[in-house]
Amino acid sequence: MAVVKVDKLAKSVVQGPSLMTGSYPTRDWMEMPVVFKPGNFAYPGKVDIVNYLNKQQGLHFPNARDWSPLDDDWKLPENWKEIVMNGLKERLDKFRSLKIFMDCCVRCGACADKCHFFLGTGDPKNMPVMRAELLRSIYRNDFTMAGKIFGKMAGARELTIDVIKEWFMYAYQCTECRRCSVFCPYGIDTAEVTIILRELLHLLGIGINWVQEPVANSNRTGNHMGLQPHTYKDNVSFLCDDIENLTGIHIDPPFNRKGAEILFITPSADVFAEPGIYTAMGYLLLFHHIGLDYTWSTYASEGGNFGLFTNNETMKKLNAKMYAEAKRLGVKYILGGECGHMWRVVHQYMDTMNGPADFLEVPKSPITGTVFDNATSTKMIHITEFTADLIKHNKLKIDKSRNDHVIATWHDSCNPARAMGLLDEPRYVLDNVVNNWYEMPENAIREQTFCCGSGTGLNTDEIMELRMRSGLPRANAVRYVTDKHGVNTLACVCAIDRATLTSLMDYWVPEVRVCGLSELVANSLVMEGEQRQELDDGLRTMI
Amino acid sequence: MKYTFPLAAVIALVLIAWIGSNIPGMQYLFGIVIPYLAIATFIIGFCYRVVQWAKSPVPFRIPTTCGQQYSPLPWIKQNKLEAPANTSQVVARMFLEVVLFRSLWRHTKAEIHDGPKLTYESSKWLWLFGLMFHYSFLVVVFRHMRLFLDPVPWFIQVIEFGDGILQIGSPGMYITDATIILGLVFLFGRRLITRNLRYLSLANDYFPLFLIFGIAVTGIMMRFYFRTDVDIVAIKRLAVGLATFQPVIQAEISSLFYIHLFLVSVLLAYFPYSKLMHMGGVFLSPTRNLANDSRMRRHINPWNPDIKPHSYASYEDEFREFMVENDIPVEKELPPKAE
Repeated sequence: MAVVKVDKLAKSVVQGPSLMTGSYPTRDWMEMPVVFKPGNFAYPGKVDIVNYLNKQQGLHFPNARDWSPLDDDWKLPENWKEIVMNGLKERLDKFRSLKIFMDCCVRCGACADKCHFFLGTGDPKNMPVMRAELLRSIYRNDFTMAGKIFGKMAGARELTIDVIKEWFMYAYQCTECRRCSVFCPYGIDTAEVTIILRELLHLLGIGINWVQEPVANSNRTGNHMGLQPHTYKDNVSFLCDDIENLTGIHIDPPFNRKGAEILFITPSADVFAEPGIYTAMGYLLLFHHIGLDYTWSTYASEGGNFGLFTNNETMKKLNAKMYAEAKRLGVKYILGGECGHMWRVVHQYMDTMNGPADFLEVPKSPITGTVFDNATSTKMIHITEFTADLIKHNKLKIDKSRNDHVIATWHDSCNPARAMGLLDEPRYVLDNVVNNWYEMPENAIREQTFCCGSGTGLNTDEIMELRMRSGLPRANAVRYVTDKHGVNTLACVCAIDRATLTSLMDYWVPEVRVCGLSELVANSLVMEGEQRQELDDGLRTMI
Repeated sequence: MKYTFPLAAVIALVLIAWIGSNIPGMQYLFGIVIPYLAIATFIIGFCYRVVQWAKSPVPFRIPTTCGQQYSPLPWIKQNKLEAPANTSQVVARMFLEVVLFRSLWRHTKAEIHDGPKLTYESSKWLWLFGLMFHYSFLVVVFRHMRLFLDPVPWFIQVIEFGDGILQIGSPGMYITDATIILGLVFLFGRRLITRNLRYLSLANDYFPLFLIFGIAVTGIMMRFYFRTDVDIVAIKRLAVGLATFQPVIQAEISSLFYIHLFLVSVLLAYFPYSKLMHMGGVFLSPTRNLANDSRMRRHINPWNPDIKPHSYASYEDEFREFMVENDIPVEKELPPKAE
C-alpha cells in the first residue's frame, strides 16, 4: 500500500481533527464505533497457520477461519460472549496485575499524552487510560458490584460485537512499550492490558498474521524468518565472506557445537536482513577478536519471541528452546544478542517459565573473569554487559577514529530500558567506540524513551501510515539532534528497531540510518592480522 | 454532561439528610445507624477487596524499571530507587511513591506544533495539587480524631496546632480548610478544562469529587458560619459514644451536622466499590512493588503450565538431511542409503 506523502502526513498530524490538535469529539467514546478501512488494520492470521499453532502441545488457538476486519460479520463462534467472559474470569484469577489495574485507575490522565500512538494519531482511544477502559468497562459490568448496580454511571457497558472490534483495533495499536506505566502513579502497565486483550481475542480466533506466522516459524524452524538450518548457516557464512572481503579476516563460526562454553542467541533478523546483518557481522568479529569459545544454534536460532505478542503459553513454548538447547549442547551459560522484547522475556519471564537453569553455571567472562552476579539464576547475559566489561578491562583493541564517519545518537529500546534497566552499559560502549555521539532530549531517552512505533508484531507494511504516526515522537527527537548536531546514525540494541526505525527514518529523517551497537563496536576493532581496505563506511563500505 | 448526574446525586444526598434529620426520631438513623452501617461497609468492603486482590497470584516479576539496573560492572551505577534490586530498595521506592507521588513528579504536557514538532513541557500542577489534596484530607481526618477520643492524644493536638498556626480569624482558620478546597477545585477544574481529561472522565470520577467537596464545605460552614447553631459538646458526646459503642444523642444538633455526617457515611460506604480503592491498590501494584532481580532470584509462578518446546529431536528429524549435507552436527546420523 502506498504510504501518504510525508508533507501531507506532517500537516495532518498537526492540523487534522484530533484530540492532540484541539478538536473535541462530538460523541462519548462508548458511542463511537470503530471503522475499519484498508490501512488501519493488520491482516488476520491465515487459517493454516492458526490451525498449525492450535495443534501444538500446550497451545490454544481455536476458531481458525477466513475472516476480514472489513466485513460486518466476523464469523465469531456462537458462544463468543461466554468464551470471552470465561477467559476474562480465568485471567483475573491468574494475574493480580490485571485485577489491580482494573480496579485502581483514577483516570488522572497522567498517561494520556505519554503514548506514542496517541501523540501521533490524536485518537482518544489511544490514550493508555482509554485503552484500558475498553476492557475495564466490560470488567465493571460483569465483575463488580458498582457496575452491576449503576451500569453506565459507574463506567460499565455491555459486551457487544462492537466492543470486540474495538479491542482488535486498539490492542494492535499498542506496542506494549510500558512508557505509560512510568508516569502512572500506580504503575498501571498498559502492556499487561494489551497482553490480556490479545489473549482474549485469540480465544475467538482473532489475531494478526504478522505475529502468528513468525510464531509458527519460530516453533518449527527455530526462528521467525523460517530459515531452515542450512539456510541459517549459509546466511551467516555469507556474512563471514563479507567480513573477509572487508578485513581479510577469515571466520568460521561453529554451529550446534557440543561442549562450547557459551551458547550465543540473537534475533534471526540479524543474520538475514539489512541493517541487522551488520550487527551480526559485529558479533562475529567481536567473538573472533577475543577468541571466544562459543556456538551458534540453528535450533534455538531466534532470540526474539513473538509468543509474547500472542499469549503467555506461546511465549513460554518458544522461549523453552533456549534452555533446552543450552542443556543439549552442554554449554556453561547463554549470551544474548541485541534484541528488545527478547530481553523482556529473558529478563522477566524465562527463569520463571522455563527454569530453573540448574544445569548451567553463573556467567563468567572467560576473557576478564568477571562474574555476572546479576544473572546468577537465569544464567544469561546481554551482549552489551559482556562487551562493556571487555572494554573496561582493555581486552579490545579499538581505534575509535574508524567510526569517524558516524555521528550517532542513542535510542533506548523500550524493553531493555523499562523492563530491565539496561541504560548505562550501551552508553559506556558507545563512549568507547565512537568519537561523536549526542543524546536526544531527556523526555525521549532512558526510561522515558519512545518506542519505534512498530513493536509487538506491528512492523507490517499494510499499516505503514499508522506506523509513521506512532513513530513520530521517536523520529521527532532524532530530527532534533540531527538539526542540532548533524547526527547521521541512530544506534540501538533491538532487532525490531533496526528494521522499523529504518523505515521510520527514511520517512521522517532520511539523512539518518540505523545500526546496532555491535556494528559500531566491530567498526572500531583493530583485528590481528587484518588486511583492511579503506573502510570509510565501516562494515557497510561497498567494495 | 457526565458531571450533571453525580452533582445531582450529591445534592439529593444533601437534601435527604437535611429533610430526614428534621423528622423527629430520624436523628438516630442519621446519627447512629447509618454511620455504623457505613463504617462496617467500609471496613468489610475494604478488606474484602484486598483479600480478593491477594487471592490472585503474581505469576511474573514485572517491575517497570525507571533507572539503571544493578550491574556487576562496578562503574555502572545502579539507580536503587528506580530499579531496585532487593526488598529494602523496593520499600524505599514504594515509600516515595506513596508518600511523595514520585511518578506524578515526572508528569509532562505534550503539544504538537508545525513541523511537525512535539514538545514536552514539565508540568507539576497535578503532582502539587494532588499532593495538597491528599495531605489536607489526611490532616483533616486526624484533626477529627479529637472528637472521638477523650482525652485528646498529644499528636492530634500537635497536628491541630500546626494546621491552625496561621491564626487567621476567629475561630482560627485551618490551613487544610483552604488547601483541601483548593485541591478539589483544581482536580475538578482540570477535568473540565483539559481536553484529554474531559473526554476520558467518567461520572464516577466526578462523584467522589463532589461528595468530598460537600463534606468539606459543610464542615467549614459548621465551624465558621453556623457555629452558634451547632452544639459541639453534643457532637463530641455522640462521637465518643459511637467510638465506644454507647452512642447517645442528647440534644438537638444542627441539621448541617447531619448532612456532613451523612455525606461522610456515603463516602465510607462508597469507598470499597470505587476507584477510591487506589488507596489500597497502590501498595500492590506489581510494576512498582517488585524488585528488578528476576535474573538473580527465580520467581515462581504457581500455575506455571506444563508446556514443552517443539523438541530438538523432531526438529532434527525434519531437517537432518540438510544438516548433514551442510556439516551441521546431528544427534542421529542419516540411515545408510538403500542401494
